[in-house]
Amino acid sequence: MSSPHEMEHEMEIELPDGPATLNAKSHDTLGEEVLQEEVEKMETELESKKATPEVEVKKEEKKLDEMFDDDEFMDQDDAELLELERQANEQAMKKEEEQVEIKTEPSAPKPTYADDDLMLAYYSRLFPFRLLTSWLSHSPLPTPSFHNREFAFTLQNDAYLRYLSYRTSDDLRKDILRLNPSRFEIGPVYTLNPRERKAMRNNAKFKPIEKELVFDIDLTDYDPVRTCCDKANICHKCWMFITMAIKVIDVALREDFGFEHILWIYSGRRGAHAWVCDRKARLLDDQKRRAITSYLEIVKGGAQSNKHVNVRRPLHPHIARSLEILKPLFKEHILEAQDPWGASSTPHLSKLLPDAGLVSALTKKWESAARDSVQKWTDIDTVAKSGVSRSLDTKALRDAKQDVILEYMYPRLDANVSIHLNHLLKSPFVVHPGTGRVCVPIETERAEEFDPLAVPRVSELLKEIDEYEGVEAREGEVVQDWEKTGLRPYVEYFRRFVNGLMKDEMKGKREREGDSMEF
Amino acid sequence: MFRQDTPTAPKKYRALDTRKANVRQSAAQWASSDYPHRLNFYNIPPTAEVTLDEFEQWAIDRLKVLGEIETLLFRNKNGQELATEMKPVLDKYLPLSHNPTLGAGTKEGREAWERCRRERKKDHYSHFIVRLAFARSEELRRRFLRCEAALFSVRFMNEDSDAKREFVRELGLAMEPVGDAEAKQYAEELGGMFGARNNSEWYKVEWERVPDLVEKRMVFVRRGMAYVPSSLQGSLVQAEFTQRLEKDLELTARALPRLDEDSRLLPILNHLSLGFSASDTLNNNNTLTSLNGETITAAQIDGLVQHFPLCMRHLHLTLRQTGHLKHFGRLQYTLFLKGIGLSVEEALIFWRQAFKGVTDDKFNKEYRYNIRHSYGLEGNRRNYKPHSCQQILTDHPPGPGESHGCPYRHFSMDNLIAAVQSMGVNEKGVLDGVKKDVEAKKFHLACNRVFEFTRRKELKEVAGHRDGSLGETITHPNEYFEKSWKLVHGEALGGSEVKKEDRMEE
Ligand SMILES: [Zn+2]
Repeated sequence: MSSPHEMEHEMEIELPDGPATLNAKSHDTLGEEVLQEEVEKMETELESKKATPEVEVKKEEKKLDEMFDDDEFMDQDDAELLELERQANEQAMKKEEEQVEIKTEPSAPKPTYADDDLMLAYYSRLFPFRLLTSWLSHSPLPTPSFHNREFAFTLQNDAYLRYLSYRTSDDLRKDILRLNPSRFEIGPVYTLNPRERKAMRNNAKFKPIEKELVFDIDLTDYDPVRTCCDKANICHKCWMFITMAIKVIDVALREDFGFEHILWIYSGRRGAHAWVCDRKARLLDDQKRRAITSYLEIVKGGAQSNKHVNVRRPLHPHIARSLEILKPLFKEHILEAQDPWGASSTPHLSKLLPDAGLVSALTKKWESAARDSVQKWTDIDTVAKSGVSRSLDTKALRDAKQDVILEYMYPRLDANVSIHLNHLLKSPFVVHPGTGRVCVPIETERAEEFDPLAVPRVSELLKEIDEYEGVEAREGEVVQDWEKTGLRPYVEYFRRFVNGLMKDEMKGKREREGDSMEF
Repeated sequence: MFRQDTPTAPKKYRALDTRKANVRQSAAQWASSDYPHRLNFYNIPPTAEVTLDEFEQWAIDRLKVLGEIETLLFRNKNGQELATEMKPVLDKYLPLSHNPTLGAGTKEGREAWERCRRERKKDHYSHFIVRLAFARSEELRRRFLRCEAALFSVRFMNEDSDAKREFVRELGLAMEPVGDAEAKQYAEELGGMFGARNNSEWYKVEWERVPDLVEKRMVFVRRGMAYVPSSLQGSLVQAEFTQRLEKDLELTARALPRLDEDSRLLPILNHLSLGFSASDTLNNNNTLTSLNGETITAAQIDGLVQHFPLCMRHLHLTLRQTGHLKHFGRLQYTLFLKGIGLSVEEALIFWRQAFKGVTDDKFNKEYRYNIRHSYGLEGNRRNYKPHSCQQILTDHPPGPGESHGCPYRHFSMDNLIAAVQSMGVNEKGVLDGVKKDVEAKKFHLACNRVFEFTRRKELKEVAGHRDGSLGETITHPNEYFEKSWKLVHGEALGGSEVKKEDRMEE
């Protein structure tokens, strides 16, 4: 009913002072014609221009390592970001040559984990370009989902190149070997080739149309509840937060939203990314991305709010299910491993409980003897049952205890990353410059077994190739370098994932085409 | 003014023939039965002629309605409250009578039907005229959409249930009723849902059709389908209305460049959209360039904090305590300071000094550009306005570790009360009032209450507000600052308007 064609008529505006009739066309096929014309015009324009990559200098330069993890740059307003880009773009034209010079100068000392030479060897011998291309194409051969996909490189000198795009897997590989970026990011698929963006007069026609739905979970957001480490540091104890987050988010995306192709990637240091690759997810607009993100978001409130979880009762099925997943793990991973309330007689826990009488009785008890978190948690019920408060609402207490579990364990998402279709996210299999570790996939079904501290470092991998003693080549069969290294299980998992995605994609495509045939 | 090609004009139908036969049919039905419902999805553009007077008057009347809605939404009025406050406005400018019970056989009957038809025609046409006027910018489209959606919801809510049912039925929304077996299978999940009642009927729709319900976790979602109780059917219709209008607006926007060539229509449309902008300026554009023409220096800021609303006071104190503010905090505070008259040079000094642990090098690299950008000196040189209360309340809720936002909304009650007390508010009545306001989600009122208390003396003595009340509600942090500063410096409120006029005459 709301089809564009209803707009398809002419409005004639007749002014009373004369016979003049003004045609105000307002139908959309007109728009399409215009679009078509423009596309053609652009295409011819493009033919005549050989595109050069746009080199942009990030205004907010930071140490590479910081930039990698910090959200400061990413969490800016869209408008501002665009502005930054545009601005940087203007300068980039002037600076392009300088940068080439800078690049050849001896660079400042870098962490030995991932220096230029190592990176170059990694890209040329180990990085799975073909698979990455198939993954982004959802097809064995590159599709427009790949051609019109934005890549952004961060070079070793911290220059930031945006709006790169490639025809083939080899093109991408060549450019990466040429520029040897310290990392690169993947952005949305645009209506048109991102490299030609500048040649377009009418920027409104250049729009992001498709990108995987992504989630970013970072341990720094858990600093208020983790005691074992802080900032960039992690250990096995706090990695559990990420494992639990993966379980809770993954099941919600599958059961509730029906997504099937969810790829979890270790972010290289202290977090994980999810790439939801189903076609339906890729086509979501910002509003719907926001809807899913808010649906999944429970822990809220700034530094000044005491209680970060406030959920309605009865619990929404998603929250009830999350609680079921988390509750059995609470004692071991929070109370014992983190012991968040052991040190104080008025811990944060006190602020989360409902009854003033109960809280003061607990405080008294905890003042008189040191109690660890496990004891304090059981003290709540013991003291409550002893009848210290006549006004105590047992249901409110039960709810508050559930909220405590959620506050300490429920996934903390960086919503900004998920909401915007045009947000860029670090590619799988790049190397984290700070740790030298590869951003490898995490097998969802075996998330508990994933050990971030055992993820291969780029230096180790290259050594493994050299030390490989297996049969170099069987009959007509070449052993790829990655197969000689600890990267192998990760690449194989990624391949299975990509195959599953391609299979579904082809099936869906046939069905869609079949559908349209009937009309 | 809008005149379609005559009904026989082949152009319209030619294109439709092969593609959307049902549209043609419903258009034809529409024409024959005129307007069967009070409610309208505005799927079909006007097809008959109207006079120039009608064109303008109808559009202006609709703008009055939309303007009022925007103001009420801005004050956080929703649901029944919004409907109640809108009733007199709607009765005056866009009344919609129920279908007359009299037949058209009598004179009264005919008149009643004719009035009814005219009202609905005015509603229909004015919607399309304003749509045309507002399609030109993304910002206008967004506001138009928001207000029209609210208007539709007010009307839908107040429609008789029979008429509602009939209207919804004719929309033909694809809603699959949830069968008994399935309802039983998910009995527990559905029973826990908001809006569920015993014997609720449930409809299954793709979750993308009700993103607002999903966002607020108000529906059960399974395998991509949202289970909507019949009590929330209104939401479903509402969502459909919004989505269709949004799509249509984009199409209108794409068709607009052609319209721009039409030099005679343009001024009218421009004028109309300007009228709407004016009401926005009232709410959002209240900025002061300097105090009494004197410039403010970085060193004066600490002394001016007494005039800051709690949100800015909190940002300032956090900045002083920690030597840092996160991105959105910086943005909110920089723009506020710009609004009170801090020049960009002074702003750079202020922030440079405030960021304690930051080297000059880091500051120049990371923050300098952002500050200059906020002043419109970098990039597209857009002159960013200080954030209004509405933006602060809704745009980017603070996450853990962030200090921006509205304390009345984003603080816990205990921390809020402590913060308010630190502003010298210690009277129990006032504190209770703040609590009550916050619980009722009237964050402005809480903030105004604090203002009135902290400036109670000046309000009585200087401004002559005998009851110590402000009169109108402050809706912008810079307005808060300006009023406070003026009161303390012995100026009557509203003086700035006079001065502005003086200046214009010079
Ligand atoms: Zn740890």
